[in-house]
Amino acid sequence: MTAPLFATVLTLAAVAGAMWSFVLLLLKRPVGLVVLLGFLGVVELGLLVQAVLGLVALAGDHRHIESVTFVCYLIGSLLILPAAVWWARTEKSRWGVGVLLVACLVVPVMILRMNQVWAGSVV
Amino acid sequence: MTLAETTRSGPGRVLIALYAVFALGATSRSVVQILLQFHRAPLAYILSAFAAVVYIVATVCLARASATSRRVAVISCTVELVGVLAIGTASVLAPSAFPDATVWSVYGEGYFFIPVILPILGILWVRHTAKLSSPRSPVDQTGSR
Repeated sequence: MTAPLFATVLTLAAVAGAMWSFVLLLLKRPVGLVVLLGFLGVVELGLLVQAVLGLVALAGDHRHIESVTFVCYLIGSLLILPAAVWWARTEKSRWGVGVLLVACLVVPVMILRMNQVWAGSVV
Repeated sequence: MTLAETTRSGPGRVLIALYAVFALGATSRSVVQILLQFHRAPLAYILSAFAAVVYIVATVCLARASATSRRVAVISCTVELVGVLAIGTASVLAPSAFPDATVWSVYGEGYFFIPVILPILGILWVRHTAKLSSPRSPVDQTGSR
């Protein structure tokens, strides 16, 4: 998109969240879970900023990219982490962080795809 | 814990999360494809829509996990497995029939092969939880099939 560095930082943050979740999954104890949730909150804020930047960039863009798909990825990426936290919330075993792990891996994939759509090399 | 709670907790919770991701992804993708560019690859898009419906059914049924839901979940996982194997094989043998990729093309290659692994895990999980809830009858009669 217009801010490749921002997308890279968000991707790395999400991967870090995934690794953190994975460690908690192995530890079997939710050590520092609150900090992880706070971190995911920051990632979510970053995704929100990305969505706004993306929509603004799209409004000023006159190429023929698949704009509907692009908007779907921008908006869809905002749903993943809140949905995961909601679904993991009532899970008492260590598998709750497993849900967060999945969500943290889905986010980079969505960022990658939205950038592919933006570049016009859509699958 | 009831059988339903057992089904949607532990590893089951992660499995349902994965199913939900595929339900969301396949559904939004096929809605966009069918509404905006149906003429481009009708067969691929109809198959994508079918896959999307199967994912939604499997997600909801695994999460509800009543006796009936569990049965429907196993059926949809089976349909999914047959689908991914059939479409996967067809897309390898006759790539020209699939000008645009489906979720199940080349056994879910574009999705890290998760589409071929998920239904197997789904069926195993329903069978496993059935055994957990009826320890006296390892050959389950509790309706996992």
